[in-house]
Amino acid sequence: MSTLAHDDHHDHKPTGFKRWFFSTNHKDIGTLYLIFALTMFFVGGAMAMIIRAELFQPGLQFVDPQFYNSMVTVHALIMIFGAVMPAGVGLANWMIPLMIGAPDMALPRMNNMSFWILPFAFALLLSTLFMDGGAPAGGWTMYPPLVLQTGDAFPFLIFAVHFLGISSIMGAINIIATVFNMRAPGMTLMQMPLFVWTWVITSFLLIASLPVLAGGVTMLLTDKYFGTSFFDAAGGGDPVLFQHIFWFFGHPEVYILALPAFGIVSQIIPAFARKPLFGYASMVYATASIAILSFFVWAHHMFTVGLPIKGELFFMYATMLIAVPTGVKVFNWIATMWKGSMTFETPMLFSVAFVILFTIGGFSGLMLGITPVDFQYHDTYFVVAHFHYVLLTGAIFALMAAAYYWLPKWTGNMYDERLGKIHFWLSLISSNVLFFPQHFLGLAGMPRRIPDYNIQFADFNMISSIGGFAYGITQLLFVYIVIKCAMGGKRARARSWEGAKGLEWEVPSPAPFHTFETPPKLTKKVLEGLY
Amino acid sequence: MATQEIYYIPEGSKWPIVGTLSLFVTFLGGAMMFNSVDAGKYILIVGLALLTYMFAGWFADVISESIAGKYSKQVDVSFRMGMGWFILSEVMFFAAFFGALYYARMFSIPWLSGEGQGGHNGTHEFLWSSFQASWPMNVMPDPSKYTQYNDVVPAFGVPAVNTALLLASGVTVTFAHWALKKANRTALSAWLFATVALGFIFVYFQAGEYAHAMHELDLTINGGIYGSTFYLLTGFHGFHVTMGAVMLSVILFRSLKGHFTNKDHFAFEAVAWYWHFVDVVWLGLFIFVYWI
Repeated sequence: MSTLAHDDHHDHKPTGFKRWFFSTNHKDIGTLYLIFALTMFFVGGAMAMIIRAELFQPGLQFVDPQFYNSMVTVHALIMIFGAVMPAGVGLANWMIPLMIGAPDMALPRMNNMSFWILPFAFALLLSTLFMDGGAPAGGWTMYPPLVLQTGDAFPFLIFAVHFLGISSIMGAINIIATVFNMRAPGMTLMQMPLFVWTWVITSFLLIASLPVLAGGVTMLLTDKYFGTSFFDAAGGGDPVLFQHIFWFFGHPEVYILALPAFGIVSQIIPAFARKPLFGYASMVYATASIAILSFFVWAHHMFTVGLPIKGELFFMYATMLIAVPTGVKVFNWIATMWKGSMTFETPMLFSVAFVILFTIGGFSGLMLGITPVDFQYHDTYFVVAHFHYVLLTGAIFALMAAAYYWLPKWTGNMYDERLGKIHFWLSLISSNVLFFPQHFLGLAGMPRRIPDYNIQFADFNMISSIGGFAYGITQLLFVYIVIKCAMGGKRARARSWEGAKGLEWEVPSPAPFHTFETPPKLTKKVLEGLY
Repeated sequence: MATQEIYYIPEGSKWPIVGTLSLFVTFLGGAMMFNSVDAGKYILIVGLALLTYMFAGWFADVISESIAGKYSKQVDVSFRMGMGWFILSEVMFFAAFFGALYYARMFSIPWLSGEGQGGHNGTHEFLWSSFQASWPMNVMPDPSKYTQYNDVVPAFGVPAVNTALLLASGVTVTFAHWALKKANRTALSAWLFATVALGFIFVYFQAGEYAHAMHELDLTINGGIYGSTFYLLTGFHGFHVTMGAVMLSVILFRSLKGHFTNKDHFAFEAVAWYWHFVDVVWLGLFIFVYWI
């Protein structure tokens, strides 16, 4: 136990119901977030399995097309709002106070509400699976007029989105207040670990973009039930207006999912390369640039709706610009590894895979961002392949890396390294078998969100489905590894990884219930190790 | 940044979970109502009652903890940041509706009347070729689907009076703040009372204006894109003014009870910020919805 960790003998902690439902403890709330995210990852994953089973062969096999479309829609909503975002917020809850030497989040009660909204919001959403007309089936993007044909599920969908938005906005406000108000005395902004930086920037994106989505879905609601005509040309509105509103939220949302992942690998790669992060300041500026640019590129999701040519050009060039700060980041991660004393424990394996596979997803994104080319790719499996590279082998690989990296801090035990490596290699291979062929399917013209397809797409779909099933089964191994680690294993030291730096490694493992009840003294040595 | 030695962490509280439940019940009741389930409205009422209970209880706890001197300067700063960023999120919510208004006026209506090239004027060519752009747009592209209206609310009538009322209320709340800072309790209460009164008079006038628009001008929410943007923008704003006036009333009640000191009165300031926010949104409404 280092000198920075305070004594924990007045470690009063509530028990039972009160501990989890009335919590004001960032670690407990973080744990709840992470468990919830993992659970939803499997719920959404089960839906993905249904999708891949249906697509295993051409023809309609298992489900009717309406249900298939419901699966596509709800899978996306769950994975985005139920798995990746809560996992990111869970990590933020657990790690930001530890990284900046704060006793807890700035607004601990609101923090509890941010979490507890999630299970209730998903109760609203998932209850639609059992309703007349089925679950929402118009795609997670909720485009009118199609989404207005949703049955009884429609108001539940809208209110679930509102509810989730409330949760995320409160979470974002909390993170901003924590980072700007609760840092240990002497820690400047440019000394914060990069994970903290990426999360504070993500929080700005959340606050600025989610209310716009809330407004947009409110308009859907009034269009359906109150006779407004926002998205009906017969009354002077325009269905495309919804797409503008949706993607004004939707594109920053992409970075809401991705930026915390950038932060995670920016913590892990230096630890296992045993070198400081290359270009710390440029990483911060690149993250901020990506965030700002993300508000000016939304219409690249809408190139084929009939935008004026000037709009198409503007959004194409703005989209190309995002490649610059992203390139800075990829360069910096590689430069961090350059001549490092590298070891490849599971967190590092996932992080290195992240850098490579996220870059592949970035390149296919560049292709999609070129207007004339997008006219061919739009709404094909190429898009599906693109965003799954970014989100699954990108965001989720980074989240897996984070889980392995910080599990020793959370549980006090080392996970089973051999099983972790098996989990990594199986995930890596299966996810590429799953998604790489989808590029070819898309380029050959297979449309997305269709349960049946032309015979010419059969082989690649079968390969893809096999990869999908393998990936799904592999993730059960992850659950086993986590449970095994929580139950016991080699005791973790305070500094669980040789090259790990930062305040979170100065407190014991497992981190006591309360940490930094008095602000830590930041010595020069500690400050140098922060990033 | 932290300067004090000991941090403050609040006790566990039942309010977050009560708040979550109340929102869940409210949304559930609302969704059931939209699906024409009879029980929906009762569930909605229960949800709203729970929500009110949660707000009252949560704030009561925070107020008593604050009076007991539990909060540090740092907690105060966290509250300030929380309120500030909450208001930004509200700004972005209104931005969506203003965006819809600008989009309709700048793009969708001109395109529907045949302007532009590149495919987005196809609707004009093939569906409603007689449609002509105008604002307020009281002839719909498809008149059978939406209600024709006779006229719209002119800017320089009640809306101009309402602008004056809200601007004046922004001044009176500032006077109240100055009075509080000088520990002049009588002036504080008087100016706060004036602010609350101006707020509720605004809501009263707005309600009268709605009745006039709906009954005499036939301008309803069904009146095409003008009716949609008009009622959603002014409606959400009116709702925010009502909430703000209720919040100001609470502050008035608390100041009459002797709460707040000339140094420490964040609740007052938070509500004042909120009030200025609804004021600024109104200026946007007055200019872009009523005037030009």
